[in-house]
Order: sequence, then structure tokens, then C-alpha cells
Amino acid sequence: MAAEGLHESETLASLKSEAESLKSRLEEERAKLHDVELHQVAERVEALGQFVMKTRRTLKGHGNKVLCMDWCKDKRRIVSSSQDGKVIVWDSFTTNKEHAVTMPCTWVMACAYAPSGCAIACGGLDNKCSVYPLTFDKNENMAAKKKSVAMHTNYLSACSFTNSDMQILTASGDGTCALWDVESGQLLQSFHGHGADVLCLDLAPSETGNTFVSGGCDKKAMVWDMRSGQCIQSFETHESDINSVRYYPSGDAFASGSDDATCRLYDLRADREVAIYSKESIIFGASSVDFSLSGRLLFAGYNDYTINVWDVLKGSRVSILFGHENRVSTLRVSPDGTAFCSGSWDHTLRVWA
Amino acid sequence: MVTEQGRKNNRHSSQARKLVEQLRIEAGVERIKVSKASSELMSYCEQHARNDPLLVGVPASENPFKDKKPCIIL
Repeated sequence: MAAEGLHESETLASLKSEAESLKSRLEEERAKLHDVELHQVAERVEALGQFVMKTRRTLKGHGNKVLCMDWCKDKRRIVSSSQDGKVIVWDSFTTNKEHAVTMPCTWVMACAYAPSGCAIACGGLDNKCSVYPLTFDKNENMAAKKKSVAMHTNYLSACSFTNSDMQILTASGDGTCALWDVESGQLLQSFHGHGADVLCLDLAPSETGNTFVSGGCDKKAMVWDMRSGQCIQSFETHESDINSVRYYPSGDAFASGSDDATCRLYDLRADREVAIYSKESIIFGASSVDFSLSGRLLFAGYNDYTINVWDVLKGSRVSILFGHENRVSTLRVSPDGTAFCSGSWDHTLRVWA
Repeated sequence: MVTEQGRKNNRHSSQARKLVEQLRIEAGVERIKVSKASSELMSYCEQHARNDPLLVGVPASENPFKDKKPCIIL
């Protein structure tokens, strides 16, 4: 009996030492290829001029903190969700509200528009992700057609439709991500590996294939193969929770925003962090990030109520935008890149251009 | 006979085994130099710069959010 115990703790010890040696090998391999910094290579690129970006629309109507928003592919409609349980669909050109539904829970932390524009998904403290078809029939009660799709064992922090209305990817406070079939509610794949709550996810641009990136309270960003459920790459350089992740438009890199007050750029083919966007004067967490269409600009919303615009290649800040009267919680560039929308704890959304 | 310590060791071993497998996968990833990765990120930016409305700016007439004249609420 004592002999058996000894054998098993030897196996455990040898596994631990193999893990340690693999970790150092990983660091060595990554370091070998670290021949230069991105901003050094970018010295030959022309500097950007002055940017004039203003609030062009203010969407008012939520009764409490705006937590999440998403654009419709029509580049015009926006869905947003709030702490008070309301989910609203807006026409951002006119600022009119087109649909509104009240969820059975408060803190609707995630919402997403379906690619067809015919449905939205949302969820939060109810631990679920539900899909609501959008109808223009005034007599129809939107809430009546609700379909529960995803079930987690803790809050829903993020959701996104894949390339069609048929599948949804979710991230949860239960530490996992999952892929679901919308019609049947069936779990198609689950993604285990984060050591704490997963706070965000983003799907790779369709040309790059079936992967997505997630970020969590374990300070890790992880890249997953959607078919196998396998984590293919992981990055751990942030010093606090990662609140937002977004792919670079080519799919070869992704940006992250964190409570450590920095945003970072990770290149997938170099398999390492290649840029940090930070300033000594920025001490509040970055809650949400998104790229402009060419990938040259990174827009980041912060807990100090501001939006900073970064030159992705040179690593410098090109603009700081004021307007919100509380934390910026969510930010997305429109599908055709003509504007971006920010949502805030000040109950409003702003469209900037 | 499986002891309580034995069961604990089994759990720890299976976790450690999963970690080692995961690290093997990550160690096996093919990587390129940062210099090459950087120049590819830069050339993507350059190629798409002129089609990036927030970067180059578009005239008010082409941006639906930029009003040419004040809105009148009917």
C-alpha cells in the first residue's frame, strides 16, 4: 500500500517536472523569434494626423447601466442590453427604438445580433443565452417567441452567433465557453481550460477558419479550435482580468483590454505579445476594444469614462474622446467602419464618427 | 487497495497529465519571427488604409452619421 502511494507520487512529480520543462522550452522558443519590436518596424510608416471624432448620435432610453451592444450587418441597427433587464433594438440613424424586451433577470451582460438581422441573442445573471426573433408585427409579443438556447452554471458574460443564425458561441462565469445549436438547444462543443470566469470572446474572421479567442479572470487569452474543443494557443502577459478580446481584421492577431489599464496586441503566427498600449496617466481598466477597418486604429473604452484611440503599429495614443459620464462598458465599430458605438454605465450609447 | 491519498494522487495526476498534454500542443506550434509578423500586419494596414473611413475620414455627404444640415423633427 505504501509502495503504491510512492509510485503515484513519483508519477505526479515527473509530470510536474515535465510541465516545468515544457513551459521553459515554450518561453525559449518564443524568445528566439523575438528579434524586434512592432513599433520599431513601424518607424518607417507615416505618422497619423489629427483626428476629429465627435458624438454624432446619443441613444437614450435605458433605465440603468448599458452593459453590452452589437451592430446589425445592415450597419444601421444596434442591439443593446442593460442592468435593468431591458434589451433594446435601435435604428442608429434616427435614434428610434424599434424593439424592446424585458428579460426575467437583471444584469443582461451579453447581447448579439444574428447575421440575418432577424433575431437577437442575450443573457446574463439567468445563466442562459436566449434567442428572440425580431418581428415587425405590432401585435406580436417579442417575449412570447423567446427560445432558450444555452445553459451555463454561472452568469453569461458574452455571446456571438457564428457565421449563421444556426449556432451560438457563449462565454460564462463558470469558466467555460460553449458552442450551441440554436434550433435544438443542443450543446455541440465545450471549451475547458480557463482557470476562472471567462469574460469575453471573439470569432476569427471567416476567411481564417474555425477558431475563436477568449479572455478571462485568470489573466489568460486562449485561442480555440471550434471543431475539436482544443486550446491551440494561450497567452498570459496581462496582470489582471481580460475584459475584452477582438481579432485584428486579417485574423493574424488579436487585441485585448484589461483591468491592468493596458491593451495589448498578440500576433498568432509569432505566438507572442507584440505591443502594449499604455500610458502612466491611464490607471483605470480597459473594458472593451475594437479595430478600425484597416486595423490601424484601436478604439478602447475605459472605466475612467474615456475612449482612447491608439495607433496599433506605432503604439502611441492618437486621440482621447470625452463624453460619457460614467464607465464605458462596451464598444464596437460598425460593419462598414464608418462609425463606432460605445455603451456606458451612464445609461446611454453614443455613436462616434 | 485504493487509499484516500491514492485517490487524491489520481486526481492530481490526471490534472497534471492534461497540463502536460496541453503544453506539448502549445510547444509544437509553428512560429515565425516578430519582424516578419510585424511587416505583414503593417502591409495589411497599408493595403486597406484608403478604405478605412475612420482612418482617412469621409465627407459628410458619404457618412450617414455626419449630418449635412440640422435634423428637423417632424
